[in-house]
Amino acid sequence: MSFFFQELVNGVTTGALYALVALGFSMVYGVLKLLNFAHGDLYMVGAFIGFFVIQWFGGPTKLTIPVPLLLVIMFVLAAVLVGGLGVAIERFAYRPLRDAPRIAPLITAIGISFFLENSALLLFGAQYRVYNTSDFISFSSGIQIGSVSIDAVQIMVLALGAALMVGLRLLVNRTRLGKQMRAVAADREAAEMLGINVNFTIAATFFLGSALAGVSGVMAGLLFNQVNNTMGFTAGLFAFTAAVVGGIGSIPGAMLGGLLIGLAQSFVTGYISSTYTNLLVFGLLIVVMVARPSGLLGRAQLQKV
Amino acid sequence: MSLDSQPPVAGPQVGADEWVARQAQRREYLPSWLGAGQRQLERIGWWPRLAIAGLAGALVPLVGLGGFQLQVGINALVLALLAVGLNVAVGWAGLLDLGYVAFFGFGAYAFALLSSAQVHIHLWAIASLPIILVGAAILGVLVGLPSRRLIGDYLAIVTLFFGEAFVEFTNNVAPGTLGGPNGIVGIDQVRAFGVQTTTNTAYYYLLVILLVASMAVLRLLDTSRTGRAWRAVREDPLAAASMTIPVNRVKLMAFAFGAMVAALAGGIYAAQQDSVFPTNFDTPYLILIYAGLILGGVGSIAGAVTGALVVTIIYDGLLRSPAYSAYLFYGLILLTLVVKLRPWRRLAAVLAATAALGFAAHAVARAISASWVAGGPQSGGWIADVLRDWVIVPANPQTPGNWGFVLLVCLLIALVQVKGYWRTVLLVPAIYLAAFVWETRLVAEPSITRQLMIGAILIVMMNARPQGLLGTRRVEGTP
Repeated sequence: MSFFFQELVNGVTTGALYALVALGFSMVYGVLKLLNFAHGDLYMVGAFIGFFVIQWFGGPTKLTIPVPLLLVIMFVLAAVLVGGLGVAIERFAYRPLRDAPRIAPLITAIGISFFLENSALLLFGAQYRVYNTSDFISFSSGIQIGSVSIDAVQIMVLALGAALMVGLRLLVNRTRLGKQMRAVAADREAAEMLGINVNFTIAATFFLGSALAGVSGVMAGLLFNQVNNTMGFTAGLFAFTAAVVGGIGSIPGAMLGGLLIGLAQSFVTGYISSTYTNLLVFGLLIVVMVARPSGLLGRAQLQKV
Repeated sequence: MSLDSQPPVAGPQVGADEWVARQAQRREYLPSWLGAGQRQLERIGWWPRLAIAGLAGALVPLVGLGGFQLQVGINALVLALLAVGLNVAVGWAGLLDLGYVAFFGFGAYAFALLSSAQVHIHLWAIASLPIILVGAAILGVLVGLPSRRLIGDYLAIVTLFFGEAFVEFTNNVAPGTLGGPNGIVGIDQVRAFGVQTTTNTAYYYLLVILLVASMAVLRLLDTSRTGRAWRAVREDPLAAASMTIPVNRVKLMAFAFGAMVAALAGGIYAAQQDSVFPTNFDTPYLILIYAGLILGGVGSIAGAVTGALVVTIIYDGLLRSPAYSAYLFYGLILLTLVVKLRPWRRLAAVLAATAALGFAAHAVARAISASWVAGGPQSGGWIADVLRDWVIVPANPQTPGNWGFVLLVCLLIALVQVKGYWRTVLLVPAIYLAAFVWETRLVAEPSITRQLMIGAILIVMMNARPQGLLGTRRVEGTP
């Protein structure tokens, strides 16, 4: 039974990670109705930024600053830089195509994703970079409940993930910017007529979504220890799955989807075999899409003539 | 005002609406003499053009291609076949199929299983290819089934996951039969009608014949009732349905035809390569097919073929050799400048300023430290000699090259954003920086450069010319 709870904890942690990536993806889809294939690669860039911050401050074993400060710098820097990158991509590649047929921005997004992945290959090489998290956050610094251990990194990921999700929910539901985002998502032209600065709102959404991807990239580096230029593609696929299973464009849906995918992945790996994990996750997505195209929490769109 | 007082105008044909006739003429041509050539080309009918292209393709090996060039030609023809098939679903029916490469993989794996020592079946290609085609059509219909309910992005996701699932499947399931990551090797040659293809020249001719045949069949389909139904469904499924077009069946047909062409290409590819591996059918190859189709022009058979040929020749042919890739790189920059920069005084000024900037920067760098310019250009041929005193290549080029790459991307983004005078000013350092990054990093990493180029093609084409090189954009008429 302890194995079950251990897998549950692992599943919830990775699920929280996927949920964060899926959230950003879902937000962007909400305002622009664009499947941002480059989202997973932004996550990869975030993970690399975290890695280089650790190297900058002396490497994992000889840190020149206290660990909490290092973590804050990693997260803030990843959020700001990746958010900025997201805004630049939107400005450069997606904005000119806002009124083009739907296929055009989608293919541009695929191109951006491919370009980012290979730029990372050019700049950082193909080898795995290792965070060596255990050198500065000890494994034993977590909580032990019976035979189930939750280490400090998992606690941090869960806490930060939950905080970000709550914060985002408040931002979207309670603030002026959130209201503008919802207005743009509902009807861009009408929002523009009501005096909402659509360009700014979309850029802000891109910044927030990409910053979430950057933060979750750093989390992934701390949690899984390895970063590499192809990590974004797989994570991006899982995040799509999470967003789509939960109902694309819906923020609670993305959280639910992320948790489901994380749990499915962890239990399939734990009880069946890691060989079939990806196959089963993809199968799950196809089944959900065919059975309930709007996702678990999504609302079916009425087609107007 | 009596109606019969007006002189009869050279109106449309009987039965054709005048507005429709005018609308058909309203197309956007390329600028200047290119457009004139385009109009001339349109005077030749489609079928004679196909015959000419097929003959030209058949004559190519006679000029004495080496083994490497012939292999590039075969790759190009395979990609052209795939692009033509992809065009059915994406271009005509408007169904974004991101799992298309799995049909290619299906054909290759099916041929490998039916005609190899893997499961000890040695069917002749004349028997196995029809089985594969039927199987691919069924698979296409199955994959297309979600298109009954899902449209647009949702369909793209489901098909993308189908493609990923195919790679996972071949990698992990039944390693005894499918070979897992090691794939299947030792596949039979194509045997049909007592003939066996053993040389690459034979494969080249076989592919030319198959490509021309597929183009002809698809052209007939395109101009048939089915083709019109595809376009109707693409433009407006609801309106098409109310015109009694069986929307779902038409969509499934598009998937099935695309899948059949892809599987045919896969079978020949497996036989020619003598092996199949799961990684051959992964997302990068899908993106390559899309790049070909989009470069040539979505919705046009000729565009798909041209785009695929150009992409393969750049991807497989030119970028393998440092000398050729340098011609390509600097040639493309020059061509873009010549086409885009008007009047010629501005062009001359930009070129002169770039040359001056380069020599000045090189002289300054050498004056500071000899190791800054110790590397020398890494591209081959006479270009390297010309550029020796112009471009800075440090002794250890990797880190400066990386920073240069990041800076170049930022500069290019800025270049697109600024307007007018500043754009011309920014162009000069951008060109020089591009040459710097090319000589320090890109030319040394051809495999990464190829991938970067494919990504760049997708982004640039979609933003600059979404209808592709050969596609013609209809101009919305004012009624």
